[in-house]
Amino acid sequence: MSGPSLMDSLFQRTLEDLIKGLRQQLIGEQAFISKALEEIRKEIKSTDLSTKSTALLKLCYLSNLHFHDMSFAAFHALEVLSSPRFSHKKIAYHAISLSFHDSTPVLLLITNHLRKDLTSTNEFEVSLSLQCLSRIANVDLARDLTPEVFTLLSSNKLYVRKRAVAVVLRVFEKYPDSVRVCFKRLVENLENYDPQILSAVVGVFSELACKDPRSYLPLAPEFYKILVDSKSNWISIKVLKIFAKIAPLEPRLANRVVEPICDLMRKTGAKSLLFECVRTVVTSFSEYESAVRLAVEKIREFLVDEDPNLKYLGLHALSIVASKHLWVVSENKEVVIKSLSDPDPNIKIESLRLVMAMVSEHNVAEISKVLVNYALKSDPLFCNEILGSILSTCSRNVYEIIVDFDWYVSLLSEMSRIPHCQMGEEIENQFIDIGLRVKDVRPELVRVARDLLIDPALLGNSFLHRVLSAAAWVSGEYVEFSRNPLELMEALLQPRTSLLPPSIMAIYIQSAFKLLVFCLHTCFVRGGSTAGVSASASYESFDDLSIENGADSTVAHGQTCTSAPITNESIVNLLKLVELALSPLLGSHDVEVQERARNLLGFVDLIKLEALNSSGQEENESERKGVEATKIIRLVHDAFSKELGPVSLTAQGKVPVPDGLTLNENLGDLETICGDIELPSSNTFSFGYPSEEKDVLSFSNLQIKEDSGQSNESTSLLAEHRKRHGLYYLPSGKSEVISNDYPPANDPALQGDNNDNASDLVKLTAESLVPKRKPNHSKPRPVVVKLDEVDEKPVAVKQLESRDDSLSGAVRDILFGSEDILPTSSRSNLPNSNRKGKKKQHMITQVESKENVVDDGNSSSRRRKDHSHGKERRHRKKNAEERNETDRKEKESSSNHPRRHKSRQRAEEPLKVPPQTSVIPDFLL
Amino acid sequence: METHGCVVFFFFFSRPCVRERRIHFVLLISRQGKVRLTKWYSTYSKKERSKVLRELSGVILTRGPRLCNFVEWRGLKVVYKRYASLYFCMCIDPDGNELEILEIIHHYVEVLDRYFGSVCELDLIYNFHKAYYILDEILISGELQESSKRTVVRSVAAQDSLVEAAKEQTGSTISNIIAHAAK
Repeated sequence: MSGPSLMDSLFQRTLEDLIKGLRQQLIGEQAFISKALEEIRKEIKSTDLSTKSTALLKLCYLSNLHFHDMSFAAFHALEVLSSPRFSHKKIAYHAISLSFHDSTPVLLLITNHLRKDLTSTNEFEVSLSLQCLSRIANVDLARDLTPEVFTLLSSNKLYVRKRAVAVVLRVFEKYPDSVRVCFKRLVENLENYDPQILSAVVGVFSELACKDPRSYLPLAPEFYKILVDSKSNWISIKVLKIFAKIAPLEPRLANRVVEPICDLMRKTGAKSLLFECVRTVVTSFSEYESAVRLAVEKIREFLVDEDPNLKYLGLHALSIVASKHLWVVSENKEVVIKSLSDPDPNIKIESLRLVMAMVSEHNVAEISKVLVNYALKSDPLFCNEILGSILSTCSRNVYEIIVDFDWYVSLLSEMSRIPHCQMGEEIENQFIDIGLRVKDVRPELVRVARDLLIDPALLGNSFLHRVLSAAAWVSGEYVEFSRNPLELMEALLQPRTSLLPPSIMAIYIQSAFKLLVFCLHTCFVRGGSTAGVSASASYESFDDLSIENGADSTVAHGQTCTSAPITNESIVNLLKLVELALSPLLGSHDVEVQERARNLLGFVDLIKLEALNSSGQEENESERKGVEATKIIRLVHDAFSKELGPVSLTAQGKVPVPDGLTLNENLGDLETICGDIELPSSNTFSFGYPSEEKDVLSFSNLQIKEDSGQSNESTSLLAEHRKRHGLYYLPSGKSEVISNDYPPANDPALQGDNNDNASDLVKLTAESLVPKRKPNHSKPRPVVVKLDEVDEKPVAVKQLESRDDSLSGAVRDILFGSEDILPTSSRSNLPNSNRKGKKKQHMITQVESKENVVDDGNSSSRRRKDHSHGKERRHRKKNAEERNETDRKEKESSSNHPRRHKSRQRAEEPLKVPPQTSVIPDFLL
Repeated sequence: METHGCVVFFFFFSRPCVRERRIHFVLLISRQGKVRLTKWYSTYSKKERSKVLRELSGVILTRGPRLCNFVEWRGLKVVYKRYASLYFCMCIDPDGNELEILEIIHHYVEVLDRYFGSVCELDLIYNFHKAYYILDEILISGELQESSKRTVVRSVAAQDSLVEAAKEQTGSTISNIIAHAAK
């Protein structure tokens, strides 16, 4: 061993050699590192500690900066640690705190080393081991070393003591029982005059208070003193953090503290402290008007500052205020809007958030306009950030803030035309969603869709394809509002549609189908025989005015919807156009496209003959055929004119399984999956019916023989569409009846119910928001159809806020077992009014408490005893339950005695303030 | 159990589950994206560490000058500051005080500067362990420990002399080895 060891030692590369070699990179980094690692593996086994420690140091380097595994060296690090030499120890500690973690196997072996060094007379060695402990302590280490840390907490070497204080945090965290031992000394250090110690203690408390602020309320007087007296900004910042957490829990404390904080805010020159004050006020003292005003003043200074950091923080502080005092944001509106064009993307995003926080139903139009202008000018990333936040804000809670949907729809189309827009999918969803939910906006929607479809340039932009598919769907679905269906038809069949992906192409074709049927229907059925119209007219006229009778509706349609008259001639042209455009698609490689094209062409074939004939002379012949064709047209038209409504996500679950339907096991499995609300697939699949039920149900009362092909065809299209927009589909005819989620909107009988439903839901959603909206606008907001689970959303949002509470409640559950009762009496005299009384509230043990109450003078000796009480205490814990019982009885009986009153508080206090209990009594003495 | 109606107490000792540290990690990255120092106060696996580095250097190094020094990242905040060719980054909780962290970074840089005497990147490259030791003097478990530059430099120097003294005591490495070999 000595041979290789000698050679290794003599020619060992030092860390410097390693780094130099790595930088020269003669043989490539990876190769060099693996060679070095090989050397290290050899050297680290050396018996010479110097060689070993150098190897360890090199390994640290590689592990730290090149992320090489050094777990193999764990044991060697321990060996180096046992060296008496400081330099070795230092390297070893460094390596250990770098590489050890809870599951390191040799962690058990380190306890004694640490203990030895913790009790060393060399303060640097102590410091090293504390440093290391703060990083690697696990339950065992924390438990075993608690006594040593406890001793160091009152070390007379400040250098050591402040480190011990910092380490206590980790020890508490890992081994909560150590709280009993150490807490007292920790609190004693709060009264230390050395700023370093104080800083460390306050740091520990600010961490502890973050987790469970209530427990530290009793220490408020100490913190208050520090806040008022502190000369160090570091300490002030930490104390402010504590108050930000505990002040909201106790209004009288807040009353007391708010003034010193304002003072600090006025006086301090340090921006970091100033910002901390501002943030403390806006987060935790937002009900103190004057403090908030002062904070806002400071925020404004930040906002106009040259320093981008301050500007960013100012905006950030504003966004905290925004939730409670929106006026602050509006006051600084200009700065915020200006920041939208800041060179810093982070500032831009922060100001965007603020702008969105300002949005209300009154200014949404104005703000959106501004934002869209900004989006036009900004880089793609931020542009989409803006568009995304407009879309999400406007659609929040089912378009809660949108009053004028005509405007919103045109905004959507405007946004989709912005060159960088990549929000196609979201815009698509909203187009369809609005179409389904808001009836009154459909004419405008169709107009907007037409503008989009008719522009051949848009087809070239692949981000727009999703929008176009929505536009195509809308124009097909709501074709009756179209001014010029023929023009739309040309738009849908224009040659450049070949640029579309097949799935969207298929939607185009299907929409063309709907359009064609509509045109034919208008031309032949309605134009031919007025008698036939009345029945179908009631289906398709969403305009309530036109329902009265067939003749009227025909007139109404003729006037309002179709400005370009549909003549026989135009129909013939139309049919030619369809044939011309779709015949090439018969050979399409995409199944959907091909099938749809075939279906449409098949339909054209059926109709063509009649259409051509009717333009000819053989009146009688055409009449007879015409009747047949008219029947077909009417059937198909009826199929399409059934309105599609939004479908509740949970609708599927409400469909009872029909009698006699046996679900096999596989489908049974599916049921559990479909029952999950989270899964959108639950909408696309209904286990009660075959997959084409969707369409069958819409013309369920019609007998269709000729159209079976079409029904399949439209089914598949719908099924596909349904897959994508499952949300908006009704699951089936039956569910419609049973679930009463969404009564068919075109059913006049149910119209009233529907409105009632909606308004009920509106009431349900947000009482605060809805009433405000209604009174003050000239144009009534159209009815927005909502579904039950959609309405749950706002509730969910509220729950989010309250989740914090429940979370901390859960934390408290863990902290205090099942008894998370918060006795009000324990809080009642907390704030600064009666400090002495409060300090007396807590006792560490039964014995101590007795002593304290019985004879207060004796407690200084108790402090020394405290340490040895450990075992006793553990023992006592067993009986604690019973005692608690007695305890309570006792309390009840002793409530009228003033002194006993105090002790009663003491008794209750420990339920939630265990740690302080150990300490505070001794302060008095 | 109790005398004179004295009440007996029962304690639940709380389990202060302390969240992660105020400073989660400290990184030093050169302008070229080379890592010069990493110190992790919260637990990150090896994989996470290199991912963090990759992501953050991508975000931070691409930011232009005269922008703000804060980056939001995975729900946390990263405060960074560039000194010469080095970016000093510290990751904190969203409710941490960014300006305070900037001051800590500056404090660290000043201490380095004092210790090395106008520090440059090379100093940190070749004395990477010293940079660690100094950081350890300033921060302990993610909290500022020593705000006086003089004290930090003094205690680091004291430890250095301790290391030197130990070396002299046992003699030079070579004589040690020769003695070892001579046995």
